[in-house]
Amino acid sequence: MREIVVLSGKGGTGKTVVVASLAALAENKVLCDCDVDAANLHLVLQPTVRETHEFWGQKVAVIDQEVCTGCGLCLDACRFDAIQELQVDPLSCEGCGFCLHVCPEQAVTMVDTLAGHWYVSDTRYGPLVHARLDAGQENSGKLVAAVRQKARAIAKDKGSAYVLSDGPPGIGCPVISSLSGAELALIVSEPSLSAIHDLERVLAVCRHFGVGALVCINKYDLDEENSRRIEDYCREAGIDIGAKIPFDTVVTDAIVQGVPVVEFGDGVVSERMEELWKAVAARW
Amino acid sequence: MILAIASGKGGTGKTLVATSLALSLEGQSPVQLLDCDVEEPNAHILLRPTITSSRPVLVPVPKVDRDKCTYCRVCSEACPYNAIAVMGKNVLVFPELCHGCGVCTYVCPEEAISEEGREIGVVEEGRAGEVRFVHGRLAIGEAMAPPVIRAVKQRADRSSTVIIDVPPGNSCPVVEAVRGSDFCLLVTEPTPFGLHDLALAVELATKLEVPCGVVINRAGSGDQEVERYCAHQHVPVLLKIPLDRQIAELYCRGQTLVAGMPSWRKAFRDLLDSTRRLAVVGR
Repeated sequence: MREIVVLSGKGGTGKTVVVASLAALAENKVLCDCDVDAANLHLVLQPTVRETHEFWGQKVAVIDQEVCTGCGLCLDACRFDAIQELQVDPLSCEGCGFCLHVCPEQAVTMVDTLAGHWYVSDTRYGPLVHARLDAGQENSGKLVAAVRQKARAIAKDKGSAYVLSDGPPGIGCPVISSLSGAELALIVSEPSLSAIHDLERVLAVCRHFGVGALVCINKYDLDEENSRRIEDYCREAGIDIGAKIPFDTVVTDAIVQGVPVVEFGDGVVSERMEELWKAVAARW
Repeated sequence: MILAIASGKGGTGKTLVATSLALSLEGQSPVQLLDCDVEEPNAHILLRPTITSSRPVLVPVPKVDRDKCTYCRVCSEACPYNAIAVMGKNVLVFPELCHGCGVCTYVCPEEAISEEGREIGVVEEGRAGEVRFVHGRLAIGEAMAPPVIRAVKQRADRSSTVIIDVPPGNSCPVVEAVRGSDFCLLVTEPTPFGLHDLALAVELATKLEVPCGVVINRAGSGDQEVERYCAHQHVPVLLKIPLDRQIAELYCRGQTLVAGMPSWRKAFRDLLDSTRRLAVVGR
């Protein structure tokens, strides 16, 4: 079983569009949405939810106003500015418990918080494990780990050839949690100077964690000179380009219809997606 | 005024809006742009500031004095992040798991723990024309963006208009970047993806008690559902930027909208005026 995680560094380059198309093209796989705080893959794959699980995040502090004497020791102890007017802001609290330790009146308790849910669903393209982190919660990395673990377990159980994961943007906690231990990072870039800058950073993260990378240039014809820069950069770094996908409004039309673009039309975009999947599958 | 530019979904045009807003104030009033997307900062690509200072962002991590430690495990039991562990006659610190909260240092009965700074990124400052510029960069392989975001926000000068470029998503880095702002502009695109993540972002802004309004980028593509949602939720749509290949090409080359198409300057000034009015009403 090979786990392929689709990343980009910069957001909005087309990760979900690519994953949805590969979902329709690849056989014998389990799908996984690791972008738990802005999940979109389910909007295209139209899943039927089979299992719902609760995700309990970090504990947060609560101050009992009846017991609190207003001494302010917790205020000075908290390094996250989470205590204002002797009330804990649950969105800022990182659950360290410093306030609990310093309170001379034992007015502080740490309570569990339901931080979101994760789901095991069926789609036309196979099982999908996905999640929804509640707005503003911590620990997206931990939820990503839970989702990935389940997707891998299902794949192992069913003897699937691939786990195909839609990753989050950025390079921090949820990206590291999505990437570490995967067999391949497929990086979706676009020919903007911003996306190139972000591509270089996300490739450095892949190197840091020892995960091989393959790059796809989306909307390559918006700036062919920048696309050549990406190709030159990748050639020097020894990274293959899986496909170059042109800008086409058919991609947005497919999102609006809620179907993978490869099932929406048989134009150049679909051809290039097929080329991309061949390049991915050829890795093994 | 502090104005946060957020979106939920990535790549909707936050940086495009933030940089053009900042430039539209040139010659009018002092403006500062804080790029809080410290995982993938991009505002510098469009503004091309001259960086004049760079300082490391340090998070405090525990340092254990082996001569004083009695291996009593009080520290490891108190740490909710499993960042410090006692194994026989050995104390292990996992700095990448440490949030720097200071609890282990406080609870140690032997005063065997002190703290040392560990660098997880940098904050750079400079100037692009009249725009005072600050951004943070999380180091490769580091997981925790919020301390770097906090360090960027500490540079905010409330006597000027402060524009914050917020990271994508809806979790802790966004909370860190948006909280304390007077108004939050949510940049979205008129697609089911844009709408889904916009609804989460509106929920988050409401939780943070920051009034918000919407900018629809690539207007004219997709469908009408974002506008329907905004009307229904009484979230004002303050600006629409059309889907236009020329705008996309400008962005690819790293040019701001107001520099590449100066006729947009007025629209961004008006947008800023709208946010100022709504920030007052919202409070």
